[in-house]
Amino acid sequence: MSGPLRDDFREILRLVRPDARVLDVGCGEGELLEVLTREKNIDGQGLELSAEGVGACLARGLAVVQGDADRDLDHFPTKAFDYAILSKTLQQVRDPKHVLSELLRIAERAVVSVPNFGHWRVRMALITTGRMPETQALPEPWWSTPNIHLCTLRDFTSLCADLNLRIDSCVSLAPGKPPRQIDAAAPIENWRAETALFLLSRKAEPEPAPPAATKADLFS
Amino acid sequence: MNAVAIPTGETGGGTHRFPADKPLRLDSGALLSPLEIGYKTYGALNADKSNAVLVCHALTGDQHAASTHPTTGKPGWWERVIGPGLPLDPDRYFIISTNVVGGCMGSTGPGSLDPTTGKPYALSFPMITIADMVRAQAMLVEALGIETLFAVVGGSMGGMQVLQWAADYPERLYSAICIAAAARHSAQNIAFHEVGRQAIMADPDWRGGAYEVQGVRPEKGLAVARMAAHITYLSETALQRKFGRELQRDGLSWGFDADFQVESYLRHQGASFVDRFDANSYLYITRALDYFDLAGSHGGVLAQAFLRARAVRFCVLSFSSDWLYSTAESRDIVRALNAAGCRASFAEIETDKGHDAFFLDEPALDSALRGFLDSNAEKRGLA
Repeated sequence: MSGPLRDDFREILRLVRPDARVLDVGCGEGELLEVLTREKNIDGQGLELSAEGVGACLARGLAVVQGDADRDLDHFPTKAFDYAILSKTLQQVRDPKHVLSELLRIAERAVVSVPNFGHWRVRMALITTGRMPETQALPEPWWSTPNIHLCTLRDFTSLCADLNLRIDSCVSLAPGKPPRQIDAAAPIENWRAETALFLLSRKAEPEPAPPAATKADLFS
Repeated sequence: MNAVAIPTGETGGGTHRFPADKPLRLDSGALLSPLEIGYKTYGALNADKSNAVLVCHALTGDQHAASTHPTTGKPGWWERVIGPGLPLDPDRYFIISTNVVGGCMGSTGPGSLDPTTGKPYALSFPMITIADMVRAQAMLVEALGIETLFAVVGGSMGGMQVLQWAADYPERLYSAICIAAAARHSAQNIAFHEVGRQAIMADPDWRGGAYEVQGVRPEKGLAVARMAAHITYLSETALQRKFGRELQRDGLSWGFDADFQVESYLRHQGASFVDRFDANSYLYITRALDYFDLAGSHGGVLAQAFLRARAVRFCVLSFSSDWLYSTAESRDIVRALNAAGCRASFAEIETDKGHDAFFLDEPALDSALRGFLDSNAEKRGLA
């Protein structure tokens, strides 16, 4: 691959252990999976909605399933992966809580990045213009944005607490700036972080998930 | 139909006759012997025998996938995919295509001679299943000295054979490509087949299946069966685009001639089909399809069928306008593969051409096949 890596990809590349089994949800054309395969020798699987993305992944020799996070995560068996990656996509799914919970059922760890709606620029844009903010991280107008479930850093950490998830690491990402390790619970970061990338795991043993066979009943 | 046996390993194909001590064990419990399998090969087997690809045909297909059909003189049914520079390149792969057991192009079927009577089996031919077809293919592959197939590929009924391969012989597969198929026949699938079978059996020339010894053929019934089935292979959009309400001649006949082009087209499809296909084979193979239920034969859970196939690389493809084996059916397969922990790729190809898109000019299919095959060939070390 040519050109610089997307900032979130560089961080993800740093976080993922070599030889891990990785599911990339919303993998696009497979750039991240390709880099992870090359640099970390991962065993990768992609999930992607668009036909173009799926075609591109196949051409790259990646394992990819055409589908979406809301509908298709339920069918993966428990602990099938070491990492599930959902980069800049959680705010676009119909049921973010379910998706987040599913990510940490099918994988030991989840890498999730979300644009922070609590960022000072977003807040200022809303206060000064009285209209839905359009920023670098959230460029579309309200009527065409795919981001249907925006949240602030605080909202996200509180959802993690609800789901009994542990934040193992949190990095603030902003275009043109070096990534910054942050304390996701610190109130100031809810103003400062433009996009936050989390490494998450389950705090305690998850409740026993239904066995794969029961899941399979749905479509047998 | 009883062609000369070709020595094992020879390329090009022919008919492989298994010795009497190697009968085909059928799901029904019966033994089929002697067993003959008609097949074609394209390309050459490499030194470590790692480049073999088995291509499985659909209901009315045969082994002539990439060579001129001996009866019709038409190009092979998958010449768009198999050939130099194409996704299945004979310069790279050793491609094997067999006629299914129960068929009528060289493999043992209801038209073959029953050794106990010296007459064609007709309806005394045992019932066969998709698993039986696959078992016979596995015997041939073994007879050709091939331990592991680089890929098994098929569309429609061929795709069902691919799934059955994954369930029964996963250790003999490196990769599997299942196109426009389903893991079981639905009520609608069975219903359409029943219409076809009833059409054949209602033809007075069917003679309870014994038409061959009586020197007749149920051509009308078989043609109607083909006409009904052919509608299911096309999407409504494709049919409308191709024919609309266009007439054959100026004005209506005010009778029951083929006024509309679509009627003429279907009649032609039916009439040309009877030249190359056997009515009893049609009955047996459609029945094998109806009996197919991969979950049913694995405790009702489709994922169970794939538990041993975790090392196989799967590619499942469907067509958006296919209503015979719809995308939903392919998704069920993919979900079961995921649930079983298999490595699976899945793409729905956008097309309005319906089920038959798999034979037709569909660049998205070609690029998906090429991407999947090329990348796996590289991993497998195939030049």
